[in-house]
Amino acid sequence: MPTVNDFLLILPEVVLLIWALLILLIDLWIPDTKKYYTAVLSAAGLVISAGCAFALLGRTGSAFSNMVVLDGFSSVLSILFLLSGLAAVALAYDYLKRNAAQRGEYYTLLLFSIAGMMLMASANDLIMVFLSLELLSIPLYILAGFFRPRLASEEAALKYFLLGAFSSAILLFGIAWIYGSTGHTDFPGIVASIDGGRANYLLLLIGAGLLLVGFGFKIGVFPFHMWVPDTYQGSPSSIGAFMTVATKAAGFAALLRVFLVLFPAEAPIMAGILWGLSAASMIFGNTVAIAQMNMKRLLAYSSIANAGYILMAFVPYGNPVIAQEAVSSALFYLLAYALTSFGAWAVMIALEPAESDGLLLQDFSGLGRKYPWLGAALLISMLSFIGVPLTMGFWGKFYLFKTAVDGSQIPLVLIGLLTSLVSAYYYLRIVMFAYFKPGEPQIQPGRWASVVAVICAAGIFVLSFIPTPVFQFAAQMIMGMK
Amino acid sequence: MVNDWVYIGLFILISLFLPAAAILIAGWLAPKKPNKIKNSTYECGIETVGDTWVQFRVQYYIYALVFLVFDVETVFLYPWAVAYRQLTLFAVLEAVVFLLLLAGGLIYAWKKGALQWN
Repeated sequence: MPTVNDFLLILPEVVLLIWALLILLIDLWIPDTKKYYTAVLSAAGLVISAGCAFALLGRTGSAFSNMVVLDGFSSVLSILFLLSGLAAVALAYDYLKRNAAQRGEYYTLLLFSIAGMMLMASANDLIMVFLSLELLSIPLYILAGFFRPRLASEEAALKYFLLGAFSSAILLFGIAWIYGSTGHTDFPGIVASIDGGRANYLLLLIGAGLLLVGFGFKIGVFPFHMWVPDTYQGSPSSIGAFMTVATKAAGFAALLRVFLVLFPAEAPIMAGILWGLSAASMIFGNTVAIAQMNMKRLLAYSSIANAGYILMAFVPYGNPVIAQEAVSSALFYLLAYALTSFGAWAVMIALEPAESDGLLLQDFSGLGRKYPWLGAALLISMLSFIGVPLTMGFWGKFYLFKTAVDGSQIPLVLIGLLTSLVSAYYYLRIVMFAYFKPGEPQIQPGRWASVVAVICAAGIFVLSFIPTPVFQFAAQMIMGMK
Repeated sequence: MVNDWVYIGLFILISLFLPAAAILIAGWLAPKKPNKIKNSTYECGIETVGDTWVQFRVQYYIYALVFLVFDVETVFLYPWAVAYRQLTLFAVLEAVVFLLLLAGGLIYAWKKGALQWN
């Protein structure tokens, strides 16, 4: 029977879920003209939940008969998800009003999805991984189609739903294989079964492969990326921004934990597959992004490439000396990527007129002169995407490449460096439009989106002066993971 | 191990034999008076009259969804009610939370006008 302590360990999730349910009901009595109350309420819920997560920082333990664990890894990611949610609320506020889609369900669904992500980061049982994956995905299917009468949004939702349902089914199939091999779904049980030599290696390997495919869809790496551009383009932009950061981070959270804990023995075979996925994502994402003139599609392909970069550090995960470093550099890069991606999306959302499918690169013309703050935020985000020094993006790639070199993955690092060079072309082209082309943004920038853009850009710049403490914090947080 | 496979083999044999026997014996014994209607293909019920592609009101769908919520509620509450005497306070509270969640769903649907037929 669950004790109070069990609930205490998942307090941030509990608070968030109750809050989401209350908002769903409270919103019914908020008139359409005053939906900012709902936005403020949901932001308050996110802040309270983040406060609980901060209070639990450093505590460890497992709850509900080992279904979930609380450790530094899950705490840090929970805070990342909650802050992403806060950004998604801020980005949505002006944007939804502009598009006449001010409905309270947006915030409720967002909160549910974040709760699913937080549970996913702390899942300690394959059933829990699956359930939290559904809890995070189902609200996102609806949110992707939030501009419902619009065809692009419906298409985005349908594509995301169909491929998401497939990937869930594949994941579940993988869980079945692992259960068949070991007779357990909980991580400690599976590990004990493998260590005791009772597990069937081949069945386990098939299960691991199927799980990798399932997670691959969620993080959007190369052969499983088909839904990414269309979904990000058709969804409301604030949801696109949220998905590039938070959904990807949640997918990585589950991938890292599951593979580190359950499949160290499969590392020799898995490393080859991860190598291929990583290299293909970097090459594909970065080259196809060159041809994109629509900012949303460009950022979508950029997110595919970035998933490849994060995966790079994880290739040598079977080496116990590297494993800790791999996870901390992946965490560090996720933080850097979150700031950078939200910065870029926020600038675009601030300037995106109603009923638009995403700004074209030309639409950024004259941004630097007319709105210097937004221009600067765009410039810093793009430099951080490329990995230019004095940005978080540089340090993120630095640690990723360092981990890969330590794991003697020199060819992969070379691919990473070369594709980063290629990416400079399309990232800098946006900056070129913003600063050197005459023109004028079409609309007055949204206030809250501009605030998010400037905060993210400031974060990218300021944190780049203290990369070592941040990295050490990440390393310290994941110490107790195994 | 081998014995298990023998059982499965027996099952397959019996499962093939029983329907085959039923069909064959019926074929020998039954009186045969064929006519056109009897010889026509029987597939998923009788043939339809008129166009099958009729439109339903989309509101039936919302009704069905709201109904389903309480259908599932009954399924979950029934074993709970049967075992009520052995349950701890925690289980009782859990059921109350479950009911409250569903009531929240009903309030939401109600307020959104899902129960209004117009």
